[in-house]
Amino acid sequence: MKKGKPARRVSAPARVTRAEVEELLYHEAALLDAWRLDEWLALLTDDACYEVPSNDRPDADPGDTLFTIADDIRRIRGRVTRLKDRNAHAESPRSRTRRMISNVRIVGRNGAEVGVEANFVVYRFRRDESVREYVGRYRYVLRAERGGLRIARRRAVLDAMELGSMGLVSFIL
Amino acid sequence: MNERPLVLNEPGSFRVNRATLVDQEILELERRRVFDVCWIYVGHESELRSPGDFRTRTVCGRPVIFCRDSGNAVRVFLNTCRHRGAMVCREAEGNAKLYTCFYHGWSYDRDGRLDGVPGEKDYPPGFRKSDYGLAEPPRVESYRGFVFLNFDPDAVPLPDYLAGAKEYIDLVIDQSPSGQMEVIQGTQDYDIRANWKLLVENSFDDYHLLTTHSTWLDYLKNAGVKMQRPDREHLLPSHGVGKALGNGHATTDNVNFRGRPVAKWIPVYGEAAKPEIERIRSELVARLGEARAARVADTNRNLIVFPNLLLADGSSVTIRTFHPLAPDRMRVRAWALGPREETPSARAIRLDAFLTFYGPGGLATPDDVEALEMVQAGIAATHREVPWSVMSRGMAKTGEQLNSDELHLRAFWLQWEKLMRAERD
Repeated sequence: MKKGKPARRVSAPARVTRAEVEELLYHEAALLDAWRLDEWLALLTDDACYEVPSNDRPDADPGDTLFTIADDIRRIRGRVTRLKDRNAHAESPRSRTRRMISNVRIVGRNGAEVGVEANFVVYRFRRDESVREYVGRYRYVLRAERGGLRIARRRAVLDAMELGSMGLVSFIL
Repeated sequence: MNERPLVLNEPGSFRVNRATLVDQEILELERRRVFDVCWIYVGHESELRSPGDFRTRTVCGRPVIFCRDSGNAVRVFLNTCRHRGAMVCREAEGNAKLYTCFYHGWSYDRDGRLDGVPGEKDYPPGFRKSDYGLAEPPRVESYRGFVFLNFDPDAVPLPDYLAGAKEYIDLVIDQSPSGQMEVIQGTQDYDIRANWKLLVENSFDDYHLLTTHSTWLDYLKNAGVKMQRPDREHLLPSHGVGKALGNGHATTDNVNFRGRPVAKWIPVYGEAAKPEIERIRSELVARLGEARAARVADTNRNLIVFPNLLLADGSSVTIRTFHPLAPDRMRVRAWALGPREETPSARAIRLDAFLTFYGPGGLATPDDVEALEMVQAGIAATHREVPWSVMSRGMAKTGEQLNSDELHLRAFWLQWEKLMRAERD
C-alpha cells in the first residue's frame, strides 16, 4: 500500500482549527469523488476503522449489532483492492458521486485526537438510473500523527429510516 | 397470460418464461395464489422479549404488529383501526400498554381487544366493543422460534408445510447449546430493482460464485484462506449438492471452505480468534458428538423456505426475507442470527464474518444485486423476442446434483408454477 504524505502540517491537536479540519474533510471528499482510493487510504491511520451503522441502530457498537459496514483497516484495504478490480461488478462501471460537506464542528479533544462531526449529502449517479441521495452525518476521530492530521475513525450515519431506494453502499460513503 | 406456459419442463430441457419476471398481471396473481396461501415469515420470537413488546413491519403488503400479548404469547395483528382504518401503531418497535389510534382515540390492549372508545354511549344499542378487536391473520404458527403467518384459513399446519426444510432449520438451531438462537439487533433493509423470484434463484445458486464473486474469493485468498483447485467434477473449491425438500423448499448443502463462527476457523478471523472458535467447537462435540458436530460446523447451507425466506447458514447465519413492491422491484430485509449464549467476543467474530460477505455494504452481496438488476434490465423489454431462460443444469444426471446444478432452482419454480395454475379465485 502506498504511504502518502499527510495532507499538510497542522497545528498541535489542542490548537487544531475548524479550518484545518474542513481542509482535510474537503480533501478526502475530493479524493473519494475522483476514485483516487490509494491516496484516500494514505489519509487513514494504521488502525483506522470505517463504519456505516444499520439505519435502525445509528448509535450502536459493531461488536454487538449488525451494521451495513464495519471495517477495520484490513478490510478497508481489502475493500479498496476490490473496488479497483473491474470484477467489483456493483461498481463496474463506477458510480459518479458528488459529496457536499457542511456544518463541520470540533466536538472534542483528547490528547492527540480531535473529535469532529459534519453533515453530508452524497449524490450518486450510475448508468441511466435516477440520482440516489445519501443524507446524514459524519463522526470522525482525527489524530495528529507524523506532523499531520489523519483519520483514525470515520462513521457515516444515514438519516433515512432504512436504506430503501438507496439500495447499496457499494462505494465508499 | 393463461395461454402461455410459465414453465416448460421437458426431458432434458427446463425453461422459465421471462414474462413471469416482468408482467404486472402475474404479480397480482402471485400475490393471491402464492403469498396468500403459503406460510410467510413474519419474524423471530427473540425479537420480542416481554409482554407488550412489538415491532411493526409489512408482510405480504399488509402492515402488521408483531408483538407479545399480556400472557407473553407471540401475536400478529393487522395494523388498522376497526373504526375508520388508520394504523394504530406508528412506531417501528417498542413496548406498548395500549395501541391507541390517535385519529378518534380508539385504543386496543396488548391482546388486541378494543379497550377504550371516546363517547361510547353515543353508539346504538347493538354496538359491542368485543366485536371490534384488532384483526389477525387467519393463522399464525412458529417453528423453533421462526414465526410465520398464513392468510389461508385452510392451510396445512406449519410443520407439515415445512416438510424437509425442518431438518435444515434444526441444523441452524443446533449451534446453540440451549437450542435458542436469537436475532441480533440491526436490520439491513434495502430495495433491489428486480423481480423477487430472481433473489430466490440467486440466494442458493452456487453456479455464479466464481464469476460474480471473484473479488470476494480474492479477498479470502489474500487473507490466507486455503482453497482447493476444483477437480474435473466440480466448478467450486469444495463439494456441495443441491436438494429439493418438498413443497418448493430447497437447499444447498456444501462442505465448508469459507469459515464458520460455529465452528471452523479461517485466517480472516485473525489468530486471536482461534482459541474462541476451538472452544465453541469442543462444546459442540461434547454436546452433539463428533458426527453431528461436524455436520453442523463443517457444512454450509443456503435454505429457501418457499416462497420468500432464506436462511443462509454460511459465513454467518442470515435471515433474509423479501417481498415484491412491483414486478421489477423488491424490498429486502435481513438480520443476523446467533446463539443466545454466545460470548461478546464470539458475537463480534460472527458479525464481522457476516459483513465480509453479506449485505448492502458487504464484499459480495452488492455484486449479486448488480447481477439481478442486470437480469431485470436485460429482460424487461426483450422478453417477447427472447422469452425463455434456461435452467436445465444437471437434469441428465442420475443421483445427486451439485450446488452448481439447478435442481434446487427448478424445485422452487415447479412449486410456484403449480400454485399459479391452481384455480383458487
